[in-house]
Amino acid sequence: MSFLKVSDLKVEFQVDKKTITPIENISFEMNEGEVLGMVGETGSGKSLTAHAIIGLSSLVGGKIGGRILFDNQDLLMLSEKNMQSIRGSQIAFIPQNPMTSLDPVYKVGDQIVEGLYKHTKINKRKAKQQVIELMGSLRIPKPESVFQQYPHQLSGGLKQRIVIAMGLCNNPRLLIADEPTTALDVTVQAQIMRLFKEMALERGIGLFLITHDLGVIAQVCDKVVVMYAGNMVESGDIETVFNTPKHPYTKALLGCIPHLGMKQGTLSAIDGNVPSVGTYPSGCRYHPRCMHSFSPCQNNIPELMQIESGNRVACHLFQEKNDC
Amino acid sequence: MVEIIKIEHKPPWLVILNRFSGNKMGIVGTVLILCLIFVAIFAPLLEPYSYKEQNVEMISEPPSFSHLLGTDDFGRDLLSRTIRGARISFVVGVLSVAISVLIGIVIGCIAGFYGGVVDLVLTTIADLTWSMPAILIALLFVAIIGAGLESVIVAIGLSYWAQYARLVRGQILSLKSAVFIEATKSMGASDYVILFKHLLPNSISPVIVAATIGIGNAIVLEATLGFLGMGAQPPTPSWGAMMSNGTAYLFIAPWMIIFPGLAMMITVLGFNLFGDALIDIMDVKNRESI
Amino acid sequence: MTANIRNFLDVKDLSVSFDIRGGLFLRSIGTIKAVDHISFSVNKGEILGVVGESGCGKSTVARLLLRLIKPDTGSVTFNDVDILKMTKKEIRLQRRHMQMVFQDPYSAMDPRYTIFRSLCEPFQIQGVKLKKEEIRKKVDDLLELVGLNSEHGFAYPHELSGGQKQRADIARALALSPQFIILDEPTAALDVSVQAQIIKLLEGIRERLNLTFLFISHDLSLVSYFCHRVIVMYLGRIVEVISADLIGESPYHPYTKALIESIFETVPGQKKQLSTLEGEVPSPFNIPPGCSFASRCNYAQAICRKQTPVLKKTPDEGQMACHFPLKSMN
Repeated sequence: MSFLKVSDLKVEFQVDKKTITPIENISFEMNEGEVLGMVGETGSGKSLTAHAIIGLSSLVGGKIGGRILFDNQDLLMLSEKNMQSIRGSQIAFIPQNPMTSLDPVYKVGDQIVEGLYKHTKINKRKAKQQVIELMGSLRIPKPESVFQQYPHQLSGGLKQRIVIAMGLCNNPRLLIADEPTTALDVTVQAQIMRLFKEMALERGIGLFLITHDLGVIAQVCDKVVVMYAGNMVESGDIETVFNTPKHPYTKALLGCIPHLGMKQGTLSAIDGNVPSVGTYPSGCRYHPRCMHSFSPCQNNIPELMQIESGNRVACHLFQEKNDC
Repeated sequence: MVEIIKIEHKPPWLVILNRFSGNKMGIVGTVLILCLIFVAIFAPLLEPYSYKEQNVEMISEPPSFSHLLGTDDFGRDLLSRTIRGARISFVVGVLSVAISVLIGIVIGCIAGFYGGVVDLVLTTIADLTWSMPAILIALLFVAIIGAGLESVIVAIGLSYWAQYARLVRGQILSLKSAVFIEATKSMGASDYVILFKHLLPNSISPVIVAATIGIGNAIVLEATLGFLGMGAQPPTPSWGAMMSNGTAYLFIAPWMIIFPGLAMMITVLGFNLFGDALIDIMDVKNRESI
Repeated sequence: MTANIRNFLDVKDLSVSFDIRGGLFLRSIGTIKAVDHISFSVNKGEILGVVGESGCGKSTVARLLLRLIKPDTGSVTFNDVDILKMTKKEIRLQRRHMQMVFQDPYSAMDPRYTIFRSLCEPFQIQGVKLKKEEIRKKVDDLLELVGLNSEHGFAYPHELSGGQKQRADIARALALSPQFIILDEPTAALDVSVQAQIIKLLEGIRERLNLTFLFISHDLSLVSYFCHRVIVMYLGRIVEVISADLIGESPYHPYTKALIESIFETVPGQKKQLSTLEGEVPSPFNIPPGCSFASRCNYAQAICRKQTPVLKKTPDEGQMACHFPLKSMN
């Protein structure tokens, strides 16, 4: 029985009489208690994928295709009412910017408790107690007094922990976190990421982490999905993908990242720009920027295929080899 | 090497124009305004009779073939007077708003740019003006300068400047710390350059929107003043004056009030629809796309 | 690292505090010491990095150097002249020598100007006496220098991508042929592949035009790659100055070490344990006495909370301010 299985996910919009497909052919699987990372640059469609799984309103006006199986139940087939009962209780979502996720006119403790009330019948005192315990486990110092504070009185790191608490208060089985640390200082980011990893281990929560930061993925995740311009280009175990990347984009992307001790002048870059939605090239969406592109790349969309090293890659270079 | 992409160049005003064409209400508003302008300009050619020509034999006649909208208590053709009234409303609306906008921009710029005590003083003055009913201010001016169209224009202009000042001040305050302003400063630009070449042009959009709706307000205020006998003096056919004149004949010759009232309503509606469409478009333009 | 007889840029004892006003009558509700008596120098031709987290004052330093903010104390000597003591007229001319590339490419240009018009502006502001065609040619050259072409010149900022906008911003900074460019987080808002493009562009331009850079960033990996020397700041003070090749292996200050430990490497499992630094940067309103890092430091002792450590020279030609540095000072 699969925990989370996404098959052929596709989202379509009609804009100015044209059909645009921001994401297409997205297929991946995740086991309970695993940390799956989805990485990609701007316009890669990773946020949209997360929103499709949780069924959020950013997809109004769009058509979603494919299947999203959660515990063998297709989320796309569920009514909004059923989705609402799953959202927040079984699947929790932590959106991007903690500053805007919290309502400035309510105390933070009350906001977490509100999340609890939506899905559980529980009395006020018990709810508050549970929330304070939860806050303590997230290493929020003096949780009783933080409970009474308003968002603007808290630092960025604390606010993010509150938002995480909101996500965890109903003991979800799947937690989707969309760029949870982008707006935070680097030392705070390290703390929060450590927290996520510990949570996944201790509570057996499946964590679906979306970020543009390859370093975070490498240290925190068990599996990774690499996205480019709305398509998956590579996926697999962390070690396999990071130590032996196969897709030219994955390789190039890893080469763009500076690290300590790197010699000056050795940073490589990828020429060109990510195509914007609606102006995707024909065939493989990466081919105009790819150093290895050859005849099939311009016309045929490469399929995601498993190769011997264990990765799944969507690239004609490997499909040729497979054919042989 | 960076990819050479064919970019379609759309200056900001063209983007707005394109978006505007999709807004049905906005188009209706535009059409109504254009009608007003047309009538205002070509009034002398359009009116079947002279607006001041009195005809003793046709006093308070209901609408008929010869007088499509009827006549008033002096036998003057209502259609001609209503048409001529368009010109007056248009002139009053545009001129008074122009005065307001000018005062508003100057004060808003100074308050926003210099801040501190200057800002505090100017904002307080603006708030005081804002809190006084425009009618009272207008009455005050008319009492000082005397009744007539010119006093009405000045009076209305001096009543409504506060909102434009607020808008400009607000925009300038928020733009003052924008990165491109810092960049211009770091190039050695003088205050003059920063204010007039960057801050002000970027603050104009909300003013234009408010001014459009403001013209509608000004026309209504003129009608009110005219109704009270403060505005245009006879025989000048301002819609307000015509309605004032017609109250005495409300049950005998209601067309004397109805038609100028209707004309005014349609005109103000046109300006409001146009302004609303602009608001929608400006909002869309600022929002990011998918 | 080239040693110079006279320093290119010398900053001494620079500090600035901001009075935060609020409430009904704009009462002063607190003071933030954004930059606290810092001194450093920049050598000609080098890339000096400034790294630190929020509230460390690095962006404020940039604005102080450009005289966009007035300092409370200190001097900034550029080519032997204290630019803080210059008259308004002298400052205007001085601006040709020192320019800045800004953090947010999305608002670095007037949205109503085409890129071309924005690039002509430096010449107009400085009253450069050139004919229209000559300015046009200069702008075209600038565009080419940063990897853009005249097509991009005709565009408006909202029509360009983040990377293209940043290139245009760099072009504008180069317009007046400055000697010194301050780059304030120029790639923070960009994707990593675009960041790499911009960094390579900057590498090329610096060599070609013999420029000196002050590179401000929160990304220690990037700074250690791109820069020759690095200044580490915390809450308005310099805590360490260190050569870029030595950062990874042997920092002196515990905060530098904490920053290094916060880096997520792209080699999986390299760090068995993620950073152990707890807490957050304290509120700038309430900087405790003594060492500002003491509240979070794993090595802090009693003296750290009483006495502010002073910047001392290290044997590796760097500097550090700590009572208990991680490496021996002999």
